[in-house]
Amino acid sequence: MSSGPIVRFFEALGEISLLAWDTLRAIFKRPFEWRLTVAQLEQGGVDSWSITLLTAVFTGMVMATQFAVGLKPFGATMYTGKLVGIGIVRELGPVLTSLLVGGRVGAGFTAEIGSMAVTEQIDAIRALGADPVRKLVVPRVVAMTIAIPLLTVMADVVGCAGGVLITVAQVGMTLKFSVQTMMEAMLVSDVVHGIIKSLFFGSIIALIACWNGMRTHGGTEGVGRATTASVVIISVSILVADFILTQVLTAVYA
Amino acid sequence: MSDDRAHGRHAGGSFRPHDRVRPHERPGAEPIVTLRGVHKAFGPQQIYAGLDLSVYPGETLTIIGGSGVGKSVMLKLLIDLLPYDAGEIKVFGEEVAQMDGPALLRLRSRVAMLFQGAALFDSMTVEDNIKYPLREHQWGTEAQMDDRVAEVLEMVDMPGIQLKKPAQLSGGMRKRVGLARAIAMKPEVILYDEPTTGLDPVNVRRINGIILSLQERLGVTSIVVTHDMDTVFTVTDRLAMVYDKRIAFEGTPEEARESDFRYLREFVQGGFGVLDEDL
Repeated sequence: MSSGPIVRFFEALGEISLLAWDTLRAIFKRPFEWRLTVAQLEQGGVDSWSITLLTAVFTGMVMATQFAVGLKPFGATMYTGKLVGIGIVRELGPVLTSLLVGGRVGAGFTAEIGSMAVTEQIDAIRALGADPVRKLVVPRVVAMTIAIPLLTVMADVVGCAGGVLITVAQVGMTLKFSVQTMMEAMLVSDVVHGIIKSLFFGSIIALIACWNGMRTHGGTEGVGRATTASVVIISVSILVADFILTQVLTAVYA
Repeated sequence: MSDDRAHGRHAGGSFRPHDRVRPHERPGAEPIVTLRGVHKAFGPQQIYAGLDLSVYPGETLTIIGGSGVGKSVMLKLLIDLLPYDAGEIKVFGEEVAQMDGPALLRLRSRVAMLFQGAALFDSMTVEDNIKYPLREHQWGTEAQMDDRVAEVLEMVDMPGIQLKKPAQLSGGMRKRVGLARAIAMKPEVILYDEPTTGLDPVNVRRINGIILSLQERLGVTSIVVTHDMDTVFTVTDRLAMVYDKRIAFEGTPEEARESDFRYLREFVQGGFGVLDEDL
């Protein structure tokens, strides 16, 4: 008899919470797996910079174009840069970066760990006296918790630059005025708001991808299923977490 | 190592000396692994309902049974890769379910497992695969580990392949490297999960020879899960058959041949446990 979707949801939530707790405890166990963490940082972070920058610059340009068109009837196009800046650093920078990198890296993590699960390599890690959480999960969670905020900062800068480009090229502002108004509008707390979110998103991506990988069964078909599921669960989780974090952070900063 | 020694053969071509006293027959022999009334289920599917079995030091016990009866599960229960639902499993006198982290670590250094597909880590070289348990257990210096890697590769007849990746090896070679990794920590018990499945006859004979050789040279206790009757009759001191969620037969190969238990007879005669009612 299979359980219903609500029971399965809470089971999954419970399992991910337990994995998060085990991961937190394992982070402080010595020796820390630096070599594996740096490898994951390269694979998940460094290798994701191009897709992040490309997405950010186009998002900034599109937002600027839309705001310029929308604000024109009110004679308020001068606020285009301000809106683009705040929108990017508070919301679109962290969320779009996490969605894109989460899809790319999360799928990779699940496929790799899922393949290890179906070929009994995770059992082998335990049988050889090691802890799969310390060997597989900790390096990925630490790497993504570092990588996503760094990529978010890059996306913020490049996204804003895209917005400036459009305000100069299409709206007719000077470069100095466009940059100045954007910088005046953004507070340090806006940038921090986005970075705090990205820290959570990085952990969520790695935890869900690893959890789904480790519970993979059913051979190569199972790996395919788990990988697809990971991308969907990660995307939805980022959007839900974004709402919750926005509510909390807005209340804190208000 | 000569070819015959590597393959564990004795004079006359047989694998076992006829006058050999089996470990469980030795006076005062006490089991090092005991399972009593073990129950295990995966969701609604009951795998074991009251499993009893004893394994004596130095013996090679073979577990046989039809596909999906949970033979591999039994091996995983012994080193806590899977938890059991009820009953008692004792290894070296300690109950597995009661073991904490350090006790489990000690257990897994004394009981090694060769997985069905060898379970080598694809991203690592053969050398790093074999050093994996040594590093985890802080076995010695890097130079000592290098020596140990060379030694165990020699024992499985695969010297000089330290820098190869698992993808560069054949199925039989992977199994032998998996075995080299399993014996690296000098375990007292080795669990073999289908060690010869999917291998050609030469490799089957070679793996069987290594199992025997490890027992004879190092006194290792072996628990072998297999479908291969050639392996059963080559390496076994005693065999146990899993049937109907229990051990339905436990005895020597000679007793198995003479048994009137129909399911076992089918197995021994090459029917691989496929009875009419299974079809």
